[in-house]
Amino acid sequence: MDLIRMKNVKKVYKNGVTAVYDLDLTIEKGEFVFVIGSTGCGKSTLIKMLYRAEKPTSGIINIGGIDVAKLKNRNVYKIRRKIGVVFQDFKLLERSTVYENVAFTLEVFGIPKAEIHEKVLKVLDLVGLKHKVKNYPNQLSGGEQQRVAIARAIVNGPKLLICDEPTGNLDETTSLGIMQVLEEINKLGTTIIMVTHDTDIVQRMQKRVVLLDSGRILKDYEKGTYRHEAI
Amino acid sequence: MKLFRMLGRNIRDSFKSVFRNFSLSLASISCITITLIVVALSMVLSANVNNFADNVEKDLTIVVFIERGASDEIIEKLGDSIDLLNYVESKTFKDRMDITKEMIEEDRTFEMILSKYTRENTPVRDEYLIKVTDIEKIGEVADNIRKLDNVYGVEYGETIIDSLITIFDVLRKASYISVIALVLVTAFLISNTIKITIFSRKREIEIMRLVGASNLNIKIPFIFEGLFLGIIGTIIPIILTTYGYVAIYQHFNGQVFSPFLKLISPTPFVYQTSLLLLVIGMLVGMFGSYRAVKKHLKI
Repeated sequence: MDLIRMKNVKKVYKNGVTAVYDLDLTIEKGEFVFVIGSTGCGKSTLIKMLYRAEKPTSGIINIGGIDVAKLKNRNVYKIRRKIGVVFQDFKLLERSTVYENVAFTLEVFGIPKAEIHEKVLKVLDLVGLKHKVKNYPNQLSGGEQQRVAIARAIVNGPKLLICDEPTGNLDETTSLGIMQVLEEINKLGTTIIMVTHDTDIVQRMQKRVVLLDSGRILKDYEKGTYRHEAI
Repeated sequence: MKLFRMLGRNIRDSFKSVFRNFSLSLASISCITITLIVVALSMVLSANVNNFADNVEKDLTIVVFIERGASDEIIEKLGDSIDLLNYVESKTFKDRMDITKEMIEEDRTFEMILSKYTRENTPVRDEYLIKVTDIEKIGEVADNIRKLDNVYGVEYGETIIDSLITIFDVLRKASYISVIALVLVTAFLISNTIKITIFSRKREIEIMRLVGASNLNIKIPFIFEGLFLGIIGTIIPIILTTYGYVAIYQHFNGQVFSPFLKLISPTPFVYQTSLLLLVIGMLVGMFGSYRAVKKHLKI
């Protein structure tokens, strides 16, 4: 069953640059998809449109029944509550503890304290950071910070997890650890779309690979390995 | 229940945030404190200038000189006719012999002149002293009294009073305008300081948006934060107003230079001013935060 359906999606920035041309893409529930391509190929624009940080110029982006392209600015939260986003620079609240960072998402929804406590500890356990609940982000390593960011993104049980180069700032071993966590989350049923430049990771994971070039989908491998034609 | 839970969280978070971003909060609080001290000063000045004007105006009286030889009945009738006029608040009759006595008491030299006269041939006339409800209508009332029978003359110090009324009117308007202008400038200054404070937390707002907080979810904690900043910022102005004004009042014995220029009694004046400062501080803090956070909600 489709979770994401993009049809004729085009994005032209105000400065006249076209980042994505008439893109069609369908992603099913539970899939793990890598989006790869060289710098400037439009992969960041593509995922930014998914969590509505960018609005497409034309086309349809349907995620779980919501037409993201038509969402008004004040209603953007409706889609963001259904998806989790993980960034290369983690985007953690520096002045909040690990626990507070993760709990923040649930607090926003007005979930009771006891339920928040239970869910936060469960998800921190999943990413292997249950023992660091009281630490602040600057007291953690890069890999640990990314795990906190992942925990925050999935604590609400989203159907879709968008990862924008989550291993971009991490060394190889740490990156593999992060990928293990993501794979586990995927096994639990969450669809994952991940933008990456990391050759090794794509090779190892053997998942679907969408290769973008100059704003167009060049290849879409079913169980792709990384091929040297991209990146 | 959910609403109360979220409200509670917002209040708790905004309170925490004031202390977590203490250096920035301090900038906003200082700005609120300094500007509100100026506002408090202008409010105290303006209220006292108005009070001076009111006191002087309250003492303004129209003196109606009654024709000599008017019988008690005629005088009473004249009084009734005055009562019927618009803007007349009260009237007091003064007998010519009482006036003579007062004049002598005030200045002994009158005794030599006036003691020669009897009730029948005294040059002093019976009078009505009239107070008006609206000081700006004093001239109109005087003119209307002049037209009545058995009125010899009407006196209210036309030229001085008219210019005094104009001066007071200008002073009053100027003081109101200056207080309003100052409050607006304060709002603008505080709003801009909070804007700078919030600009540094742009990332925090961005994250809030990304995890699915609605605009309202984001705005409310910042508005509460503005409210707390406003409340904290008014503490010093309120203390200064309360203790400062009482000290000034006691130092001057409640009047400046002459009994005409009476200061407003500190109670309940200082409490009213403090309450007004608190309300201004709270509103300006909330408005400043709201305006500042609104700018960052487009991510």
